[in-house]
Amino acid sequence: MKKQDNQIKWTRKDLLDLESLSKEEIELILTTAESFKEVSKRQIKKVPALRGKTLVNLFYEPSTRTRVSFEIAAKRLSLDVINISVETSSVRKGETLIDTGKNIEALKVDVIVVRHSSSGAAALLARHTNLSVVNAGDGWHEHPTQALLDIFTIKEKLHRIEGLNITIVGDIAHSRVARSNIWGLKKLGANVCVCAPEMLLPYEVEKFGVKVTTDLDEALKDADVVNVLRMQFERDIQSAFPNQLEYFKKYGITEERLKYAKKDIIVMHPGPINRGIEISSAVADGLNSVILEQVTNGIAVRMAVLFLVVSANEYLKR
Amino acid sequence: MKILIKNAKVISPKDNLDDVLDILIEGSVIKDIRKDINLNVDKLIDAKNKIVMPAIVDMHVHLREPGREDKETIASGTMAAVHGGVGSLLSMPNTLATIDCIENVRLLKDIISKNAKANVFICGAITKARLGKELTDIEALKEEGVIAISDDGNSVDNEELLLEALKITKRLKIITIEHCEDKSISKDGVMNLSFVSTCLGLKGMPKEAEYKRVKRNIELASKVDAPIHITHVSCLESVEIIREAKKRGLKITADTAPHYFSLTEDAVRTYDSNFKMNPPLRTEADVLAIKEALADGTIDAIISDHAPHTENEKEIEFDKAEFGVIGLETELAVAITELLDKKILTFNELVKKFTENPARILNIDKGGLTINKTADLIIVDPNKEWVVKKDFFFSKSKNSPFIGRTLKGVVNCTIISGEVAYSNFD
Repeated sequence: MKKQDNQIKWTRKDLLDLESLSKEEIELILTTAESFKEVSKRQIKKVPALRGKTLVNLFYEPSTRTRVSFEIAAKRLSLDVINISVETSSVRKGETLIDTGKNIEALKVDVIVVRHSSSGAAALLARHTNLSVVNAGDGWHEHPTQALLDIFTIKEKLHRIEGLNITIVGDIAHSRVARSNIWGLKKLGANVCVCAPEMLLPYEVEKFGVKVTTDLDEALKDADVVNVLRMQFERDIQSAFPNQLEYFKKYGITEERLKYAKKDIIVMHPGPINRGIEISSAVADGLNSVILEQVTNGIAVRMAVLFLVVSANEYLKR
Repeated sequence: MKILIKNAKVISPKDNLDDVLDILIEGSVIKDIRKDINLNVDKLIDAKNKIVMPAIVDMHVHLREPGREDKETIASGTMAAVHGGVGSLLSMPNTLATIDCIENVRLLKDIISKNAKANVFICGAITKARLGKELTDIEALKEEGVIAISDDGNSVDNEELLLEALKITKRLKIITIEHCEDKSISKDGVMNLSFVSTCLGLKGMPKEAEYKRVKRNIELASKVDAPIHITHVSCLESVEIIREAKKRGLKITADTAPHYFSLTEDAVRTYDSNFKMNPPLRTEADVLAIKEALADGTIDAIISDHAPHTENEKEIEFDKAEFGVIGLETELAVAITELLDKKILTFNELVKKFTENPARILNIDKGGLTINKTADLIIVDPNKEWVVKKDFFFSKSKNSPFIGRTLKGVVNCTIISGEVAYSNFD
């Protein structure tokens, strides 16, 4: 890092997206995460960084991996953690998102981690409360911590982002992971390629400044990294792909497919993986795969994010 | 009661007035308009450096009563109207109980006669419950006082039904107003389909949903040589289609709302649902096209599409929030700020879009300043700047996209039928 970069400070009380972050802010999260990674390797996996603060995981969509990752990250920072899932909360009784947020604020909580099916839900909470809000996925909009941990993992493996060729394959149209990855990677200077069947590409996707192709072989040809998105077959894509096998034939990442890619291509997946739908077991478990390392890195990245936003909000309140 | 307004710049295109004049009001009518009227009167208003124009005729307003009095009532909505300089308005039929039968028209007329502070004209539905399945008894609605028909909020999908309605309205000499949206194209979109909707992860409504329906409606109307009015035009393609149709001499008229010439889809980036309306905010190119269309006469009228909603329905997730924004109280100021100040329209042209043209389209005797006719007029300070705040609104609902914006132009006084309905003069 250049010297002047060291001087940048984190001033946001929330992390809602990567679109609005500067390159320097993203780099600050990554370097902060590097220093937190070591905590998880200790005998006693805990630092008192945010002792006495409280975090609420507010999940309106089912999620195990992201919620648990945030919970572990929080606990390693000595945060007290409460989990609220929609099935057990008063949301079922018709409470609005803003009211839920204000009630949580009234309980003197410091940070909310929110997952919601509506794009912009995290922004709505952030605007209407003084809490720190971390977006754990809002609709099709963004999932910033997933992209940050993806970027962190790539950087750990290849020691840079700038100039790398990174391909994202799958349902780009409905993917918040894709949007956050595109913003983050572009800001750090990567060449991003998105690959999907036509109907799973969002409108004017090329305006992100990405290469767009429907041909997987072309997308893999010069790729240093391939990030494979989870296919959600409940969506209305049956017309294009009568069954999952058809999709796997055309867009599944297999050893056969990777023969034409760079030998040391890195294979990533945000999980949970659908073996035999978007990725073969051989690739998911193979030497190129960093899927489980992503999971491990998620802890350090989320520790960094929680630490930065809560500290900034503390400062802003003063 | 005699009111004398002195030294105002009087602008009424309908009456060819554009000069510094005095106006004498006696009882409910304008008694005299000329220079140097000097008389003992009950109320003398010095309107030096102000504009006097006919009260606005707003041909697209949702008053919500009967049924959704939590959003707006005839009383609160018409208070908002006179606050914004609107003297006559067309009340759209998509109330909780659709205005699709004479009983509902009578009910509405009854509330209007008791509570309205401005002239409320009634628009009836084209089809029963606006479902597009069965025509209403348009003739009976007209006899009960309905002056226009529309399924606003919906477009009539069935071409034969709309053709039939157009034949009837042509014979009855009332206007058919179409909300142009092919819902098989716009589906469950919540904003303009564009790169912005892609970034925001919100479902987009393609412009095709609007302009293809504009095109179809014009073709249908021309088939039976009936007039049709296209409401809330929002995009460049619609403008071009309407412009072309007008060149061909077809009986087509059109309006737009202030948000379509002052805001773009970029406003949605905040996920603030005060920027959610249907049709949605479009791009910079569309805003320019709307302005051009206002300047060259392709778009005849400016409306508010005043659509009040409670905070419960607006301060929620963007995709779940109701469509629509309030506008009665800001439409003139937004037009002055965006059209007059930016030299898109002269004041005379601007007044025409707000008064003479909508009155002509609706075939009502409003929108002018004529001696011996009803005195519906407003006094406007065109140069005063102000910041829009939530507590400014008389409307029951506060869902304005202009909150926080600095606008130019203040309505000082609204006179309806010779009586001061609103005034902020000391």
